[in-house]
Amino acid sequence: MAKGRIVAGCIAPHPPHLVYAENPDQNEPTSEGGWEQLRWGYERLRESLSEIEHDVIVILSPHWQTYVGTHFLGLENFQSLSVDPVFPNLFRYHYDLNIDVELAKQIHDNAEKAGLAVKMMENPDFRVDYGTITTGHLFNPKWDKPLVVISSNRSTDYYSAEVMQEMMIELGRITRETIEESGKKAVILASNSLSHRHFTTESEIPEDMSKEHIASHAMHLWDMRIIDYIRSGQTQRILDEMPEFIEQAIAESDGGGLSWLISALDTPDYPAILHGYGTIIGTGNAVVEWPCYKHEEESQ
Amino acid sequence: MSDGEIIGSYIVPVHPHTYLVPEQNPGWTKLREAFDEAALRIKNSEADLLIIYSTTWPSIIGHQIQADPNPEWVMVDHDFHDLGSIPYSFNIDSEFANAWNEANHQRGLKSRTVNYHGFPIDVGSVVALKLLNPDNAIPAVIVSSNVYANRSETSVMAKACLDVVRSTGRKAIAITAMSLSNRMFTENIDPADDKIHSLKDDEWNCKILELMEKGRLEDVGQLSRTIQKQIRIRKVVAFKPMWWLSAINDNRNDLTGEVLAYEAIHGAGAAVIHLDPASCGTGDKEYDEDDVEYFHGDRSVLDSNDPEATAIDEEVETIDEITTAEENGPALWEPTTVDGSVNTDSAPKPVGAYPHARRVGDLLYLSGVGPRQAVTNSIPGGPIHDEDGEPLDYDIKAQTKAVIDNIALILEEAGSSLEQVIDVTTFLVDMKRDFQGYNEVWAETLGKIGPTRTTLAIRALPTPIAVEMKVIAQLLE
Ligand SMILES: [Fe+2]
Repeated sequence: MAKGRIVAGCIAPHPPHLVYAENPDQNEPTSEGGWEQLRWGYERLRESLSEIEHDVIVILSPHWQTYVGTHFLGLENFQSLSVDPVFPNLFRYHYDLNIDVELAKQIHDNAEKAGLAVKMMENPDFRVDYGTITTGHLFNPKWDKPLVVISSNRSTDYYSAEVMQEMMIELGRITRETIEESGKKAVILASNSLSHRHFTTESEIPEDMSKEHIASHAMHLWDMRIIDYIRSGQTQRILDEMPEFIEQAIAESDGGGLSWLISALDTPDYPAILHGYGTIIGTGNAVVEWPCYKHEEESQ
Repeated sequence: MSDGEIIGSYIVPVHPHTYLVPEQNPGWTKLREAFDEAALRIKNSEADLLIIYSTTWPSIIGHQIQADPNPEWVMVDHDFHDLGSIPYSFNIDSEFANAWNEANHQRGLKSRTVNYHGFPIDVGSVVALKLLNPDNAIPAVIVSSNVYANRSETSVMAKACLDVVRSTGRKAIAITAMSLSNRMFTENIDPADDKIHSLKDDEWNCKILELMEKGRLEDVGQLSRTIQKQIRIRKVVAFKPMWWLSAINDNRNDLTGEVLAYEAIHGAGAAVIHLDPASCGTGDKEYDEDDVEYFHGDRSVLDSNDPEATAIDEEVETIDEITTAEENGPALWEPTTVDGSVNTDSAPKPVGAYPHARRVGDLLYLSGVGPRQAVTNSIPGGPIHDEDGEPLDYDIKAQTKAVIDNIALILEEAGSSLEQVIDVTTFLVDMKRDFQGYNEVWAETLGKIGPTRTTLAIRALPTPIAVEMKVIAQLLE
């Protein structure tokens, strides 16, 4: 069996607004568009990924929040209606997605061996969180690739950002090694925003882009700082500054996705592609791709 | 109908163990028995509405209220999915939900109802309703926990709910679905090994329970931030449900409390507590914080260009009843000072060329006194309209009380006092709306002193206030 590998690593946001703005058949509410900068960013990402052969998409979503360890979706197929508990006016999406249970279980088992608390989620009535659905849809609207879905362990809340990073760096390493063992080509994806201070009011027309902007200047500065590191291949600095970023920008990477991603990519020192940046109800969001495959080719 | 009231309150734990697998641990069994006892008490009461505030339903855009008359689905917990599924079909009082939503708006809050097929009702609400209302005999409403809301917003939201309970004559039970200490074990445990996560959590939980046993709910509310810091991880920004529950119980400290059970669920502090509104006879209460009636908003981010409005400060107590000087009407004047004039820096500045009072013989004639505050020019209870003349909700009682306080300040400056007032003429801009509130405050203050009184309705006053008084008093001997 050929050695598997991670062919691309991405950061991509999941506010339901992006699916709402697109009006796909699966979503009940309809809109007049909105958040185009980010949706065009996703479009560029999809184009870029369409040129890279891959078998599976591995997602870590901060909206499946688990306090007792890290969990993995563990059944072949999930179909249901996902209604966002916070923005039910925007997101009521009928989903039908497939899981690569084999790979999920392998990562689970290896994580368990490494001493992390883990659990497979095998209850057929479980509803997949809207973060996974939103990113899954925007990433691959045809849903024709199986997913591995990893929950967000809330160790930042329980302990500290430092402890969270320790655990996520370990999980990232295990994810990489398991993918390599599996012989599969995987795209891995941290589904999260950057700065994460929301507006607490919604405009009459949610997609009214004249009302959309970053929540505060401080949030903007943090986003740009992180994006600068992303674009210049300084991912170690992102890990180093993560506790401050989380605290000061209320960053959604408190859910561990970004630390896991960077670790799974082996702390890349080459630039990522910034496909787009935009705000959603005040939060900062970037669509980013580390083109691992191309990078490997170039460096050979 | 106007005799609606909260006839009881319950605090119940959120995790699904008590519903799905109570037999797996003796503590969970005790919690389940306490749930069953609470259900029986509710059934045997006159309750016709259950109101649930759930910490496991977070919201961002204000508060959300469930308004689907018959929400049905199957709930699976994000963490404890291996314990099983909970199918539900609930009986929601959508009429009450809509009225509450409206009442929230009346009190300046952001809020909306949700009525969508498949909406995921949160685990705390599902467990509470399944166990406390097993046959769906009593209709319920559920409200979310806003992640950004602080004490004022949460308390005002409770008061809005109470407005509707009263106006619709409901006999309501208030329920908070919550943990005490909320730190769980972060690994899978054998159910037999369950205990409170740490001794410190246990000690704080016991302190809370001791206060609850004494019916001192408002004290627990006022300790909310401390409790949050000591024994809770950040799932909600503060120990908010106690703010809500205390406000909906009129911020009382003399309820009759009973702890039906206190045990651990996967490390978290889980208690079933019953608070009866019957007074237990104590009732000392010390207010460290404002009792806010109306929410003026704290973050008009969408509409404001003011960078201050977008500043991030979770700790700032969000609300006061105060607006800034420039919003409150015409320019201010220095009081005139001809012989016999009495003026004081403690009273608000005049809006024209006149003194605060004039002394004639042993009588004092006061210029019309309103509620504005001396230095800030702010209006307690809020202005009656905004800069554009758009009407605002305001608190007539707070305004009336501020008027009387101002009168007292002027009288003291002149060497007199409130007790020496002999005649008052009161001007109200909205007799129909405000007479009752004004009259209540009067009865508790000047009414006890006994001056003659005339109350007139007028069209407007020069500043955005609802009440002004013209006073004649005697000088002290
Ligand atoms: Fe999110």
